[in-house]
Amino acid sequence: MRKPKIIVVGGGLAGLMATIKAAEAGISVDLFSIVPVKRSHSVCAQGGINAAKNQKGEGDTTDKHFDDTIYGGDFLANQPLVKRMCEAAPGIIDLLDRMGVMFNRTPEGLLDYRRFGGTLYHRTAFAGATTGQQLLYALDEQVRRHEAEGRVKKCEGWTFLSAVMDGAHVCRGICAMDLRTMEVKTFPADAAIFATGGIGAIFGRSTNSVVCTGSAQAALFQQGVDYANGEFIQVHPTAIPGEDKLRLMSESARGEGGRVWVPRKPKENRPPRNIPKSDRFYFLEEWYPKYGNLVPRDIATRAIHRIVYQEKLGLDGQAAVYLDVTEIPRETLNRKLEGILEIYEKFLGVDPREEPMKVFPGMHYTMGGIWVNGEDQATNVPGIYAAGECEYQYHGANRLGANSLVSCIFGGGLAGTAAVKHVNNLEKGAEATAQAVYESERKRQEEKNQKLIRRDGSENPITIWRELGDLMTEHVTVTRLNKNLQAADAKIHSMLERYSRINLSDRTKWSNQTLNFARELENMLILARVITLGALARNESRGAHYKPEFPDRDDTNWLKTTRAKWVNCDIQLTYEPVDISLIKPRARRYDAAK
Amino acid sequence: MAETKKVIVKVKRQAGPNDPARREEFSLSWRPSMNVIICLRDIAENPVTRDGKKTTPITYDSNCLEEICGSCAMLINGKARMACSALVDQLEQPIRLEPLTKFPLVRDLSVDRQFMFESLKRVKAWIPIDGTYHLGEGPRVSPEVQAKGYPLSHCITCGNCLEVCPQVNEHNQFMGAAIISQVRLFNMHPTGAMNKRERLEAVMGPGGIQECANAQNCVKACPKGIPLTESIAEVNRDAWKQALLGWFLG
Repeated sequence: MRKPKIIVVGGGLAGLMATIKAAEAGISVDLFSIVPVKRSHSVCAQGGINAAKNQKGEGDTTDKHFDDTIYGGDFLANQPLVKRMCEAAPGIIDLLDRMGVMFNRTPEGLLDYRRFGGTLYHRTAFAGATTGQQLLYALDEQVRRHEAEGRVKKCEGWTFLSAVMDGAHVCRGICAMDLRTMEVKTFPADAAIFATGGIGAIFGRSTNSVVCTGSAQAALFQQGVDYANGEFIQVHPTAIPGEDKLRLMSESARGEGGRVWVPRKPKENRPPRNIPKSDRFYFLEEWYPKYGNLVPRDIATRAIHRIVYQEKLGLDGQAAVYLDVTEIPRETLNRKLEGILEIYEKFLGVDPREEPMKVFPGMHYTMGGIWVNGEDQATNVPGIYAAGECEYQYHGANRLGANSLVSCIFGGGLAGTAAVKHVNNLEKGAEATAQAVYESERKRQEEKNQKLIRRDGSENPITIWRELGDLMTEHVTVTRLNKNLQAADAKIHSMLERYSRINLSDRTKWSNQTLNFARELENMLILARVITLGALARNESRGAHYKPEFPDRDDTNWLKTTRAKWVNCDIQLTYEPVDISLIKPRARRYDAAK
Repeated sequence: MAETKKVIVKVKRQAGPNDPARREEFSLSWRPSMNVIICLRDIAENPVTRDGKKTTPITYDSNCLEEICGSCAMLINGKARMACSALVDQLEQPIRLEPLTKFPLVRDLSVDRQFMFESLKRVKAWIPIDGTYHLGEGPRVSPEVQAKGYPLSHCITCGNCLEVCPQVNEHNQFMGAAIISQVRLFNMHPTGAMNKRERLEAVMGPGGIQECANAQNCVKACPKGIPLTESIAEVNRDAWKQALLGWFLG
């Protein structure tokens, strides 16, 4: 009898959940990850996970969660699957609870919930301020159990290079590289699920981890897997600027009562504690009385930019504002927010319990991603599924805080289940695919490596990467101007040209991180173009996508999904309608109740 | 113009597990809030030693850069710690970087910590749920138990506690404090407690808790401040209880 196999690429929340679902169904899974899965980027999520459990007696419902998510996403998300996610969320919390996640508790021993951005309800379950870590570990432990019992094989320390497609353009496995031996190898499979996370590295410095390059998504894109809504990039309002990365200061700081402010006087020289309340400008609270500090991220980010760049009220004239938790009792801070306060203390040497934190918006999340259908996370290529941040389905034009963890787990589970169905229904599996199909893909990838290693140019991959990051951050994040977007695309073009003259300062064949990075860089450049061109074309403002030249949402012309395709080795933008069958689009404003 | 401040970094290099070790020194331009990861990136962008020799970028592990993924553990000025939170301004120069010594070397500063993940498998560090289908809520947990368990669940498997433990050496397969602390965490959970016995048996097996010689280095080296010695004491007590009970009952 045929023994089906599923490959999962990526071991964060979505990948692990997909793995568990497939293993539970008795299908054997090969799980690929660049890092040991326990070190995946989901570990960085802080504030919590949303589910309308209504455990504070506020009358919260899954319908309200659904409406907040659609409204928060400025009506760009296809609605039916978002509804299913919101309905599934309470069950997901129960499951995580059963897996032993050390969620914060009420005196009665029930899960505690906090408020998050874009909602008026206490809907966010949390484990201190390290919820992502706790959730990732819970799923990691379940996968370890499946691994110990022989249903899952982990391939950690491997990086995905490409999908293996047969003559009918059906996925029959993957091609990957061992990051130690640098061996390039193909792995047959009947379905492949991609859960390869974010793309922060394209913006140089972001809140993302080092492995979040988007390289896998870009590689798939160049093999005919469509990419949707790439232009929707979330910039988190409160991050600590750093040379190597922007460290996130969770929305939960504001959920627990943290306040954002600047001194009213531009050249204030008193230390923050000596500035009386009357001389402080709590601009979010003044501008958005209903939601206050808990407006959605795109709104808060633009407000901070306005304060710094237009009102010239940044702290000491710099790009920074205060995030102040000093009014919150120390005991509460330590019980609910310790994880993030420790980060601030460790990296800046200042105790945020005593002194307001200095923060500024930083690139955080991509709402866009691999195109998947509205049913079961299938991409446009048979046999390929996608889940988690790497796909585009759940967050529209702006993601609400604490919705990412739930979308990862929901989407991952859905993809796992769908892939199982797919492999069980196949008439012929990977075993019927000719060996030559695998061998030619392996050769193609191996030759790419050889070409890179032989190249004797003058360009350093890290230099190009730094320049790409600066370019994208400056022109393709918070405020977008068409002439700058055009110039940015031309610049990326020239970087691609420089890329052909790259010089790997390491040509060895063992644990060569330079070679791997160079491969990722080419993919980052391609995906950077997808993002930039998508932004250039979309002449409106919606959610995180803001163009001062087109300041309003334009439903007549732009209530549609951008779907980028790779045609004749170039990017082609196509558009398709958004499924708005459940909630009629209405104006989105947060200065009043919706 | 004032001369830019320099940062001197001395790195132990080794091309592979069977290659000879050598040291290379680099001189980098100082920047505010510079950490060891930034130093390694600067070297990668311009891999030239202090005396002007071209070399290769340094291989090292890193991912989150906020001390929560556990990747970038190494010896910094002889101390096992995370490179991302090692701020240059707080380090004596030259900054000496070496790989952890208790794990198989991969290359330069990168080591293989698979041993720890295997140990987690051995002690069954998980809650054995029936399945992911709907079975209602989990057991109620008091805030007190949560307050005790939550810090334990912060373990990032960085390996620093094994690195500093004299009992982890070539003659001994001691699993180390991190793993024992996980046994305590799962045994504490209402559902996990149902398999307490199995975990205690595993932790009394080869390389188990009996190898601990109470040096107490682990707790000082833990970047997450986990009460590791407390965990060892508690698991030790439970293990003895179980062993004695087994002995009495024959």
